[in-house]
Amino acid sequence: MKAILALADGTVFEGQQFGATGETVGEVVFNTSMTGYQEVLTDPSYNGQIVTMTYPLIGNYGCNEVDIESIGPQVEGFVVREYSAYHSNWRSKWSLDTYLAENGIIGIQNIDTRALTRRLRVHGVMNGCLATEDADGNLDAANLVAKAQAWHGLVGWDLVQRVTCPNPYAWNQHPSSSVGLQSSTLTPSENGKYRVVAMDFGIKYNILRQLTEHGCEVQVVPAKTTAAEILAANPDGIFLSNGPGDPMPLDYAIKTVQELLGEKPIFGICLGHQLLGLALGGKTYKLKFGHRGANQPVKHLETDQIEITSQNHGFCVDIDSLPNTVDITHINLNDNTLEGIQHREYPAFSVQYHPEASPGPHDASYLFSKFIQMMEKN
Amino acid sequence: MPKRTDIEKILIIGSGAIIIGQACEFDYSGTQACKALKEEGYQIVLVNSNPATIMTDPDFADRTYVEPITADTVELVIEKERPHALLPTLGGQTALNVSVALAESGVLDKYDVELIGAKLPAIQKAEDRALFKQAMEKIGLAVPNSGIAHSVQEAIALVDEIGFPAIIRPAFTLGGTGGGIAYNIEEYQKMVAAGLALSPINELLIEESIIGWKEFELEVMRDGADNVVIICSIENVDPMGVHTGDSITVAPIQTLTDKEYQEMRDSAIKIIREIGVDTGGSNIQFAVDPKTGKQVVIEMNPRVSRSSALASKATGFPIAKIAAKLAVGYNLDEIPNDITAETPACFEPTIDYVVVKIPRWAFEKFRGTDETLTTQMKSVGEAMSIGGTFKEALQKGLRSLETGWSGFDNHPLEELPLSELSSKLTIPNVERIFYIKSALKRGMSIDDIYSYTHIDPFFLYNLQEIVHFERHLSSPQTRPFIENGKPDAEAVPLLRQAKQFGFSDRQLAEIYDVSEVEVRETRKTLGIEATFKTVDTCAAEFEAETPYYYSTCSSEDEVRPTDKEKIMILGGGPNRIGQGIEFDYCCVHAAMALKTDGYETIMVNSNPETVSTDYDTSDRLYFEPLTREDVLNIYDKEKPIGVIVQFGGQTPLNLAMALKEAGVPIIGTSPEDIARSENRQLFKEVLDEIGLMQPPNGTATSSEEAAPIAASLGYPVIVRPSFVLGGRAMQIVYDEKLLEEYMDSAVQASPEHPILIDKYLEEAIEVDVDAISDGHLTVIGGIMEHIEEAGVHSGDSDCVLPPYTLVDEQIDQLKEYTYALAKALNVRGLMNVQYAIKNDEIFVLEVNPRASRTIPFVSKAIGVPLAKLAARVMAGKPLHELGFTSEIEPPYFSVKAPVFPFNRFPGANSRLGPEMKSTGEVMGIDDDVSRAFAKAQKACGYTLPLKGNAFISVRNKDKRAVIFIAKKLTDMGFELIATHGTAKVLLRNGMDVQLVYSIGKGRPTIHDYIKNHAVDLIINTPTGDLHRTNELLIRQMAIENDIPIFSTIPGAAAAVNAIDALQSGEISVKPLQDYHK
Repeated sequence: MKAILALADGTVFEGQQFGATGETVGEVVFNTSMTGYQEVLTDPSYNGQIVTMTYPLIGNYGCNEVDIESIGPQVEGFVVREYSAYHSNWRSKWSLDTYLAENGIIGIQNIDTRALTRRLRVHGVMNGCLATEDADGNLDAANLVAKAQAWHGLVGWDLVQRVTCPNPYAWNQHPSSSVGLQSSTLTPSENGKYRVVAMDFGIKYNILRQLTEHGCEVQVVPAKTTAAEILAANPDGIFLSNGPGDPMPLDYAIKTVQELLGEKPIFGICLGHQLLGLALGGKTYKLKFGHRGANQPVKHLETDQIEITSQNHGFCVDIDSLPNTVDITHINLNDNTLEGIQHREYPAFSVQYHPEASPGPHDASYLFSKFIQMMEKN
Repeated sequence: MPKRTDIEKILIIGSGAIIIGQACEFDYSGTQACKALKEEGYQIVLVNSNPATIMTDPDFADRTYVEPITADTVELVIEKERPHALLPTLGGQTALNVSVALAESGVLDKYDVELIGAKLPAIQKAEDRALFKQAMEKIGLAVPNSGIAHSVQEAIALVDEIGFPAIIRPAFTLGGTGGGIAYNIEEYQKMVAAGLALSPINELLIEESIIGWKEFELEVMRDGADNVVIICSIENVDPMGVHTGDSITVAPIQTLTDKEYQEMRDSAIKIIREIGVDTGGSNIQFAVDPKTGKQVVIEMNPRVSRSSALASKATGFPIAKIAAKLAVGYNLDEIPNDITAETPACFEPTIDYVVVKIPRWAFEKFRGTDETLTTQMKSVGEAMSIGGTFKEALQKGLRSLETGWSGFDNHPLEELPLSELSSKLTIPNVERIFYIKSALKRGMSIDDIYSYTHIDPFFLYNLQEIVHFERHLSSPQTRPFIENGKPDAEAVPLLRQAKQFGFSDRQLAEIYDVSEVEVRETRKTLGIEATFKTVDTCAAEFEAETPYYYSTCSSEDEVRPTDKEKIMILGGGPNRIGQGIEFDYCCVHAAMALKTDGYETIMVNSNPETVSTDYDTSDRLYFEPLTREDVLNIYDKEKPIGVIVQFGGQTPLNLAMALKEAGVPIIGTSPEDIARSENRQLFKEVLDEIGLMQPPNGTATSSEEAAPIAASLGYPVIVRPSFVLGGRAMQIVYDEKLLEEYMDSAVQASPEHPILIDKYLEEAIEVDVDAISDGHLTVIGGIMEHIEEAGVHSGDSDCVLPPYTLVDEQIDQLKEYTYALAKALNVRGLMNVQYAIKNDEIFVLEVNPRASRTIPFVSKAIGVPLAKLAARVMAGKPLHELGFTSEIEPPYFSVKAPVFPFNRFPGANSRLGPEMKSTGEVMGIDDDVSRAFAKAQKACGYTLPLKGNAFISVRNKDKRAVIFIAKKLTDMGFELIATHGTAKVLLRNGMDVQLVYSIGKGRPTIHDYIKNHAVDLIINTPTGDLHRTNELLIRQMAIENDIPIFSTIPGAAAAVNAIDALQSGEISVKPLQDYHK
């Protein structure tokens, strides 16, 4: 079946549908990771986005029940050069087509994904509309372009409300907590030694798995949980999760973080890092085409070691906007943007990238140990 | 860390002659290292015996020693040059082994030379099987169940534990030489004995068989600050059991989830740290159980490798160059990524295309050997291709091989009975991929094919998609895209899909029964053009500065040609016997020279091992198959003012006419003149016109015609099919019976494919002449006198420059003849002529108006870069402007000696003849011709003995000549051993001889002596086919035991003189820069 991806700048890519049918709008972004499409699909940070993979063959190893980062696929649409109908891997359970179809996600294949990526790199990420032909075989490109142009986009939109958990829950009670390959090579220490409250802005399961593996008992709470509610539980530490979209409209979360600062050790990842930055008085801005992939070099300024990191963000904390109460701990070697901060007085630190990986390298998993040490000291 | 300033002079060791398992890739890595370190201001001392390498060009190092790569010779270099550091990781296993020997013997300590890149303990830990296994266990990684054996007894005890099939891997051998898979105890004992003999430390690793598991490789780099990155991941299509050099491989990994890939990545990082490779690249191989995902570590190479060259070309990340910079102290984040210019080298390349590597074999030259692919590498070259999908890349790769396939074609033996087909699928072989096609066409299921081949179903599915699509294309229900000679616009989507599936115009022409030209024209009319994309290390995340391109069928073409004057150079494609690094050397030189003259150079090639496919070599690199279609696509895009076809060997020459017909401006000698030299009738006219002689000859268009022609010429005759490469299927035939055999077995004669029959000039001296001509002036580059008589392929002969037995009159005559030929053939550029001198008469054997295999050797011998001059001549500069107007006769001797791969092909006929069988060559230089010969022998791996037992067995006609040789040997203190006939002659001439029996006639035989290590030198000239088995066995044993063997009288004489020279004093070493002064 024919499908079209129409960009707001009028560019139209025509290809074939796979997965679900219908029509969707979102911000079109590219991810350069060569593996891990299932993790990408299920990462809540991609909510509101149509994701294209730069690696051309997707679907090769199918989909399974365990390589998930949330309850199911979160992307608005999925764009690939060639979808592999055959899936070959000892753990594979479904084809990608089935997986997307059952979860209502539209896929398009057989388009020049490199041309699309180059367009996004040169002109910046842009809004797009992805649609499949209707029962009569109609698909109007001009109409789709208009829809892409009319869409409000991500800036200023609180996407967290679409992905945060409705009610608090204990991760060890969660059905997904018992499955999944543990990515760390650490031997599980005594579980439940540290009680951590994780604010869920769209948290990836692998963060929860990693915290658990490092000996934490994690209580996951909705994004709008107040500081008072969190502190009432008297946790050993507070985790600020990743999540989709623009951090600016999340004033409630920024306020909560401000109130939590100095009370308990805080560790933030991605959106959690941006919220910490904003809570500390910094500013955020939108990157031209973001960082999405598993090969981003980050320098840890304390040790001069380089970590190859997994990243997924379109917004960034302005390195020059930070108050002098904050140390810059990590920077991106590709474009020298901010990748990590630590408060000089309070036990609080955060990174823009994803030490929990999934997909991506495990180089930065030491950050979870750092959080543990911080809680231990406190 | 910034670069080190405590070292100034660095010794780099190359990998020597091209052999199976060690080819151009180490010239690529060594050249990159030389360039990178020179750029940093270090002085480079280089040792490499291979003259065909770019790295041994005198410009690339400060002191270039074309000397044997043996510990004692390198020690002489160290003594003379006193380098501060030795970089051992860029010259393959050869350099690594010599470096280890120098470190272990204390030479490095003695002269205070530091090993950089990898220290001795790290090399030992990676290379010694037991230490490696221990190290893996220490970091908690699984390795296949295995044990180490130093004797047959130990090995037998081990296999009781491990069980069959068992894998045998000798320690420290090249490309797994001597390794194999044994399925029963008898086979096992045989392989163990052979393996122990081959391993320099008499050590074997006996391993649990994990045949059929998935095989993967990671290319890893580490810097001095302990940063580790993965440059490329590779998945082998052929599962465990086939050497990775013999496997079709794909980059990146296709069938692992991120969880599994990251587990492998974590292991690789742990391994490089535990082994302790300080800086640089390593290759780590893993196997994965397809049923459970269990991962085991197979091995690690603590150096750059064939795979790292492939990874560099596959990703655009120059591993060797970066490794060299890391070795002198830089960290990864201090080195910029050339391709993006704005980001650092400290990252992991991500690619947005699929890379396929396909090996090329040469079994047709080694008839009689087992052609099964095993854990021992047998391929002689490889092609790499880049496509948007696996299907496209695979089909491009298959046509890049230049073995006649135009893609994923039908196997000619499609109708094999099922039982035979299943065995072709089960037992790995050269054409297995095409047998898979036969199976798919018959409707065999993916599951069934998997159960035979254990090739991952993902790949089989992709192959099946190609087969199904081809069926759809050929179906009568499908509209053809050409109807009544007119393009059908309705067929555009179908045609586009065909291109996306990688179908070549030739394949489509076959399907639609039209000509390739018609397909191309129709396709272009319908607007379906190849689009070009950039290899940029980053999947378009950053802008690419480096113009490295590939074609794929897609919507956007991102290449923007400039309006500069451009010249396009067509490379030589995958290495094969007869066409290898020498031609790549010429192409690289052309690019360098034309760049200096202000042209924009465009390189087209498909061989990932080469320097020509380094993005630094030319202004623009197209990594593409060398076919009419692919080259024309680039031509249409770039519109160069000239295309050079005479440097890449036969590959571009074969395209010359078709390109010219399509309007491509070929520069240099015209394709018509080239054809005149190749066409027997036209060439005869040329020779008649200038009054030169050829050996008497005739042409047979049928088998029946052959016998009377041969009889009229008089036996022996040389027979060969017309238009062949490297003397393919060329043979000396001594009588009518053998001629009949040849006509029946080797070739089918027909009017289109006649058989050429030449009188064989026995005992003639063969001479090679390389010359350059600008159309007015012709200058001889070098005259090379062969040591072996005419009849041995020039690529397989030892030769000497300048001639060592010819008189001035003969040399002058050879020059005059060469000038006349250059004039008659309107040569613009290079020309090679082969002459035979018999009874003071000079015969022309062959003229090739193109770069020859000997150009790099001659260039190094005379100190003039002939290929560079030729490229500039072709672009219009006269020789006098280039300052090369007269011949150079060097006051020293250069000897070229061939290296053979017979140790890989047991059972094959190892006799030398008109069909070329060597894979590479070395050069020996000395003021004295005998010492130069001794050096060349040593560089081939044959150290001439200074004392011991010499075995002599010669045919009757050589008995006179051998007397003097034998006498000299006894004078020099050798003991003689001979077979009956030879012994009698020697006895009669007053020499002491120990008699041995011919095999099968009594004991002891020479066999027994060799077994007892009581033979140090063999002189054995072939007697014709009567005793063939006896001779073959002797040759085979000599090869296995590394005993120098000479099978011609002139060769034996040269060897004896060389021994004499060596006895009067050890060899000395001298750099090219000093010779060329």
